[in-house]
Amino acid sequence: MSAILSVRDLEKTFGSIVAARDITLDIPPQQVVGVIGANGAGKTTFINMITGHLRPSKGSIRFEDRDITGKPSREITRLGISRSFQVAQIFPSLTVFENMCVAAAIARGASGMLARALTPLRARETLAEADAAIELFRIGAYRDARSATLPQGVRKLLDIAMAIVGAPRVLLLDEPTSGISIEEKFEVMAVVMSALRSRGMTVLFVEHDMEIVSRFAERVLAFYDGTVIADGAPAVALADARVQAFISGTRPEHAEAAAHA
Amino acid sequence: MAARQKLIGALAFLALAVVAPFAPAWLVSLATIAFANGLVVLGLVILWRAGLVPFGQALFYATGAYTIALLGRYTGMRDVFVMVAAGAAAAGLVAFVTGFLLARYRDIFFAMLSLAMSMILYGVLVKTETLGSTDGFHVATGTFLGYAPQGTAHDLALYWLVLAVCALAALAVATYFDSVAGVLAAPVRDNEIRVEFLGISVNRLIHLKLVIAGLLAGVGGALAALVVEHVDPNMAYWTTSGGFVFVTILAGAGSVAAAFVGSLAFELARSIAVAVFPGEWQIALGTALLLTILFLPEGLGSLVTRLRRPRVLDKVASPKTAPEKPGAA
Amino acid sequence: MLTAFAILTDGLVYAAYLFLVAVGLTLIFGVMKILNVTHGSFYAFGAYGAATAVGIYVERGLPDAAGFLFMILVAMAIGLVLGVILERGILRFAYGKDEVVIVLVTYAVFLMLEDVIALIWGRESHAAYPPMVAAGSIEIGDLVLSNYDIGLVAIAAVVAGLGYWALKYTRYGRLLTVVIFDRETAAAFGINVTVVYTVTFIIGAMLGALGGAVMAPKISVTLGIGVEVIVLAFAVVVTGGLGSIEGALIGSLIVGLCRAAAVHLVPQIELFVIYAVMALVLVFRPYGLFTQAQPRKI
Repeated sequence: MSAILSVRDLEKTFGSIVAARDITLDIPPQQVVGVIGANGAGKTTFINMITGHLRPSKGSIRFEDRDITGKPSREITRLGISRSFQVAQIFPSLTVFENMCVAAAIARGASGMLARALTPLRARETLAEADAAIELFRIGAYRDARSATLPQGVRKLLDIAMAIVGAPRVLLLDEPTSGISIEEKFEVMAVVMSALRSRGMTVLFVEHDMEIVSRFAERVLAFYDGTVIADGAPAVALADARVQAFISGTRPEHAEAAAHA
Repeated sequence: MAARQKLIGALAFLALAVVAPFAPAWLVSLATIAFANGLVVLGLVILWRAGLVPFGQALFYATGAYTIALLGRYTGMRDVFVMVAAGAAAAGLVAFVTGFLLARYRDIFFAMLSLAMSMILYGVLVKTETLGSTDGFHVATGTFLGYAPQGTAHDLALYWLVLAVCALAALAVATYFDSVAGVLAAPVRDNEIRVEFLGISVNRLIHLKLVIAGLLAGVGGALAALVVEHVDPNMAYWTTSGGFVFVTILAGAGSVAAAFVGSLAFELARSIAVAVFPGEWQIALGTALLLTILFLPEGLGSLVTRLRRPRVLDKVASPKTAPEKPGAA
Repeated sequence: MLTAFAILTDGLVYAAYLFLVAVGLTLIFGVMKILNVTHGSFYAFGAYGAATAVGIYVERGLPDAAGFLFMILVAMAIGLVLGVILERGILRFAYGKDEVVIVLVTYAVFLMLEDVIALIWGRESHAAYPPMVAAGSIEIGDLVLSNYDIGLVAIAAVVAGLGYWALKYTRYGRLLTVVIFDRETAAAFGINVTVVYTVTFIIGAMLGALGGAVMAPKISVTLGIGVEVIVLAFAVVVTGGLGSIEGALIGSLIVGLCRAAAVHLVPQIELFVIYAVMALVLVFRPYGLFTQAQPRKI
C-alpha cells in the first residue's frame, strides 16, 4: 500500500530557531491521523510546509508520488491537498453562501486568469455545489448571514467546508474544534468526520483535546520540540511515557477507556 | 448584471446621446471630459474593490494622451478610432509591463509605487524637448473614418464617440464583475491568504486588474486629449492621479454607473464652484468633498444602489467599511 | 574631485531639507497610521509664515540671529495652531474609517488650505532671502559653501538627534514607541491614545512648518511648494520605512545624494531619480529599509 503523503527529513528553521526537524513519515490513503503537541511544538509549521505556506529548509514532501516540496500553496491546493486553519480564514464581508460560492467557483473553474475573467460566477452547478456543502456541514441556518457575525463553531465549519469543496484527497485540519465550547466539540467533530469519511479523504487533524483524539483518530503523531516523539495507535501513543510527560497528562487507563467509548 | 439593468443602462446612454444636440455647448464639452475621465475612474473601481488604490493612474492617462499626440504629429494620423486604439494599446502594454512589479505590493506601498511610476513618466516628459517639455504640445483635430466635422458638429461627434466607448466599457466591466475573476475582488480584499489556499494566484489576478484599469485609463486619456486638443506633462502629475482617486472614493465602488455619474457630478460641482467662488473654489469643493466623505461613506453611488434590491454577490460590502479581521469573536 | 565634493555637499543640504519635511510625516504615520497629505500645507504655511516674519524683522531692524530665531518660532507657532485646529476640528471625525478615506480627507484639507494661503498671502511669490544672505559663505578651496546651508544641515542633525533621544530616553517618547508598535495593546495598558494622537499630530505639524520655514530663505515662496514637497516627502518616507525616524534619516540621505549626483552628472533624470530610487528600494525591501517584522498570520 503506497503512501499518499510521504515526508522525509523535513526541517524548518527561522534564523536560529529550529521550528521543525527530522520529520519522516508515510501516511496511507484514507487514514485519519491525530496530531498532538504543545503550542510551539511544530505542528502548524509541519502543516504549513505540507500546504506550501512555508518552504522547508531541508527535506522533501511527496504527494501521490509527486514531489511537492516548496511548491506554492495555490498549486498544492490544485493538486489535491487542502487545509483548514487554527483561526478560521473566511471572507468576513460575504455571507456564508457567498463564501461557499467563491470556493466552489474556484474549485470547478478552469485555471488561467483570462478564462476566469470570462466565466460567470453564477453558474448553476457552482451554486448547487455551494448549497450541498452547506447542507453537508449542517450550517444551512446561517446561509445568508454575513460570515463576520458567525459564532465560532459555525465559522470553523465554514472554514472546513470551503476547504473540501474542491474534492481534495488529503485534508489537514488545524485545531478544528479550538474556540468551540466543550459541549459542542464532539458534535462538531462528528459532523466534520462523517462528512470527510463519506468522501474518502485522508485526514490529519491537530487537536489539544485528547478525548477527541482518542475517539476520532486511527493514528497519533505526537510533536515535541519540533519533532515527532511518538507515532502509533492512540492507545499506544498516548500511553507513551514522553507523550505523557510533555503533552497529554492523560493516564493510560483513561486513554484506553476513551478509545472504547 | 441582470438584463433589466443592462436595459436601463442602454436607455440611459441613449438618452444622453439624444439630448446632447439640444444642450448648451459648454455642458456637452464638460460631459465629454467627465465621461472620458469616468473611464479612468471605472478602472480605479475595479482595483478598489480588491482593496487596492493606485495613486498613479495618471501614468496610463498620460500614456494614452501622448501616444495619440505623437501619432498625430509624426504620422499625420487623424482618425479618432485608430488613435484611441493606439492609445489603448500603448497604455495596456505599459500596464502589462509595470504590472509584473506592481502586482506584488499592497496597501500604501502599492499606492506609492504606482505614484512613483507616474512621477517617473512626468519627469521624463518635462525633461524631454521632443516630447514638448513643460508646455506639452498641440493635438490636431480628429476625423471620423474620413469624415471631418467642424465646430459644434465636431464636439457632438466626439461626445457621441466618448459615450459609445463608455457604453462598451460599462458593459464589458459589468460582465467582468459577474465573472469569477471579478467576484474574487472582495475575497482578495478580505483575506488574500485564503484565496491563495483555494488555488488562485492573487498576484496574477491583480495583474489582470491592473491591465484592465490601465487600458481604461489610457483610453480615457486619449479621448481627453482629443477633446482638449492638447497634451502636457501635468496629465502625468500626482495631482491628476489624486483627482481620479478622489472621484472614485466619492462615487463609491458599488456599480459601474457610479463611475460615470460620479465623474459627471464632480466636473459639474467643480465648474459651479469655480464660477461661484473663483478665488476660493478649492475651499468650496473641498468642503463638499469632506462632508461627503465623512457622512456618506459609501459614496454618492450608494444613493443609487440603495434604490435597488440587494442581490446575491452584488451586495458586496463597500471597501470603505473596514472588514472585521477573521478570528474576532 | 570637485564634482564629487559638490555632490556630497549638495546632497547633504538636500537630505537635510528632505529629512525635516519627512520626519514629521513618518512620525504621524507611525503613530496614527495616517498618510498625511496635509503635511504639505504645514510646510507651505511654515514657509509663508517665515517670509512674513522675515519681512517683519527686517522692517524693525532686528539683529539677524534674533530675526532667524523669530522666523523659526513664528513658523512653529503657526504649525502648532494649524495642527490643533485640523486634528481636533476635522481629522478626528475620520478616525476608524478606511485608510484611503483618511488619506482623502487629508488631501481635501490640503487642497482647501492652498486656497486659504492664497487668501491670506495672495497669489504672488514672496521672498525671505535676508537670513541666507546675512549668513554669508565660506570658501573651501575652489568650493563656495553657504553658511546657511551648513546651518540647515546642522539643524537637521539636531532634530534627528533630539528626535532619537526623545523617542528612546524620555517617558513620552517611549509611550509613542509603544503606540507606534501596536495601538490596541498601548490602549490596553492605559495609554490615552487620543491624547497621543493629538500631540503627535501637533509635533508633526510643527516639524513640517519648521521644514518650510528653514527652506523659505532658499526658495521663492509661492503657491504650489506644498504640492511639490509632499510627494517628495512621501517618496523619502516610503523608502526609509514608514514610521521609522532612522528610516527618514537614511532615506533622506540616500535620496539627497542620488539627486545631487543626478543634477551634476545626468541632469535629465534629476526630476524623477527620487522615485526611481524608491522603486528600486521597494524591489529589494518591499516595506522600505527600516520596518518592523511582520508577525505570522496563520
